[in-house]
Amino acid sequence: MRRDSFIKLAVVVVAVVTVFIFFIKPLAYSIRQGLDLQGGTHVVLEGVDTPQAQVTDDAMNRVVKILENRVNAMGLTEPVIQREGQRRIIVELPGVKDPDKAIEVLGKTAMMEFKDEDGNTVLTGTDLKDAREETDQQGQNLVALEFTEDGAQKFAELTAENVGRTISILLDGSVLTAPNVKEPITGGKAVITGNRSLEEAHNLALLLRSGALPVKVQIVETRTVGPTLGQDSKDKSEFAFTIGVGAVVLFMLLFYRVSGLVADISLMAYVLVLLFALKMLDATLTLPGIAGIILSVGMAVDANVLIFEHFKEEMRLGKTIRSSMDSGFKRAFVTILDSHLTTILASIVLFFFGTGPIKGFAITLGLGAVLSLFTATTMTQYQLKWLIASDIIHDHRLLGSSLFEEKAVKK
Amino acid sequence: MNRFDIVGHRRIWYAFSSLIIIAGLICMFTKGFNLGIDFTGGTLLNLEFEKPADINDIRTIMNDYVAGNTQIQMAGEQNDSVEAQNVMIRTRDLSQQERENILSGFKEKLGDYKVLREEKVGATIGSELIMNAVWATVISWLLIIAYISYRFEFKFGLAAVMALIHDTLVVLSIFSLTQKEIDSSFIAAILTVVGYSVTDTIVIFDRIRENLKLHFKRGGDIEELANRSIYQTLTRSIYTVTTVLVTTVALYIFGGATTKDFAFALMVGFAFGSYSSIFTATPLWITFREYSEKRQAKKRVNPRTEK
Repeated sequence: MRRDSFIKLAVVVVAVVTVFIFFIKPLAYSIRQGLDLQGGTHVVLEGVDTPQAQVTDDAMNRVVKILENRVNAMGLTEPVIQREGQRRIIVELPGVKDPDKAIEVLGKTAMMEFKDEDGNTVLTGTDLKDAREETDQQGQNLVALEFTEDGAQKFAELTAENVGRTISILLDGSVLTAPNVKEPITGGKAVITGNRSLEEAHNLALLLRSGALPVKVQIVETRTVGPTLGQDSKDKSEFAFTIGVGAVVLFMLLFYRVSGLVADISLMAYVLVLLFALKMLDATLTLPGIAGIILSVGMAVDANVLIFEHFKEEMRLGKTIRSSMDSGFKRAFVTILDSHLTTILASIVLFFFGTGPIKGFAITLGLGAVLSLFTATTMTQYQLKWLIASDIIHDHRLLGSSLFEEKAVKK
Repeated sequence: MNRFDIVGHRRIWYAFSSLIIIAGLICMFTKGFNLGIDFTGGTLLNLEFEKPADINDIRTIMNDYVAGNTQIQMAGEQNDSVEAQNVMIRTRDLSQQERENILSGFKEKLGDYKVLREEKVGATIGSELIMNAVWATVISWLLIIAYISYRFEFKFGLAAVMALIHDTLVVLSIFSLTQKEIDSSFIAAILTVVGYSVTDTIVIFDRIRENLKLHFKRGGDIEELANRSIYQTLTRSIYTVTTVLVTTVALYIFGGATTKDFAFALMVGFAFGSYSSIFTATPLWITFREYSEKRQAKKRVNPRTEK
């Protein structure tokens, strides 16, 4: 029994410490990183009512679809596009090279019109089948348009009626090009010239291809974090984590000696489980999120401290180690439960009212409280049980002393 | 027991807390807060120039294109000097055109730069954020009162919430006094402090409840019981606030510019959260208890007047 328990305890200690040392970093880095850590651009768009189009649920969903097309054409890894509330859409573009261009492309309504000389709109973007950027033999950058069957018909009529006159192609109300019609075009194809660069032609083609937004949108918020700052934040968080957690581990050893070691093992297990849970939940790790994790380590030891204090108090009453542990544990558990539940309450409120990075912080804080409730109770309890059963503690001072010796009960 | 009588001296603690909070409230109403663009709306540009830039040049360029209030902060190796590579500019919500003008002005006159961070927030988003923050805080207070009233009794809940309002006010006071910037992560800090403060208070209240159940006879000395409960949990209180402060200090010193103010808010909040559990919440509970006992005694002596 003695040796059995000791072996169990030793296995747990060695296993947790080994896993912690070797896997903590790869595990932490395998969690998806927020824009503040990896660099990128966060854009919030808001639908605006205009006389032509009111913001509706359906219209906003279509806007999301169109934005998805536009973003996907940028070739980024893991962009995020989601609706928030009635009329807002959040777009996250990790690692985007040219944030200004990206923001411009997102915000464009991209309403295309073909007008005759009198200003009547004959065709719109919905008549388009395809749009591609091209460079012609003269080295001119252009966008090649291909119409739908219906569009080709309308375009043929438009050009037939306007031979010798100019027609104009407009995007969002401004004239892109106003060519002179020399002869009717019946093939269902046309080009827009006048693009300064191939990239500009590419962006225009992309906008036309993905279609016009059904409502006007306005960019209400943009946040860009450059890759340098992101890396810097990552390095600094890692360092703060090492120092913070290291100090807590050291303090617990100092305060509680052998039980402190037990607490440290539970603590390491807690950090591992927390990171693993974040990974499994596909959560995004943000800077405030990391702050939340470091903080939760400081708070997670509280449960252990409570257990150990009760434990020592029971021992001072003259109980045996084993029964001290049982009753001390029972008494501490009530307090631990109450204190953790209030933290969980606060993080739920934070989650529902917070946005973006604050939500990330709320998740780590709340999840941390739930998991530390688990690790502090089960992990610590089992380790203590094995520790006592292995019968290696003969001097009570090995369990640490209290700052304020107190007879707990006065008859 | 010859220990210092904590709850007996409660008038001193009340006076001390009132002093800080009154000073803070005066400051809040006169100086206000240094609200970041998250709340006010505006543009933030954090640039790193290849060569150190002069603050006066930057100000001249800003004034050429943007009328109005602009804050320029120079950071880097020599802190707060007139010349630095790392420049933080805060100004009103700029249009795309204004922004481009400024950036090309910088490039032309001050040389090449890298964008470290850039934020542009509309004013409506900012005011929504404030409303959400206020709601979040008030709702968390109500939930906590409800929870503690359910697990303990209403007087405990009220005392705990007043203690955490105290902590929130202290943190707000200190941010108003120091004029440190308040951004959206400040809300997270405040709510974390709220969570911590309640947790810390509950540990003592739990002990009081236990002692009440086990050894309290009618007519016993309630102040002595409260003091005893405080001392019985004091080791834990000190150890826990130490570990929590150690982690926040690590964040404050090593965590980088973006989390510095956040860590500072937490540091102040945790320190006062621990203080208030002992010196505010527990004495308040005694005060509430005395008050309700006096009322009940009155009722017993003169039952008709109450009806």
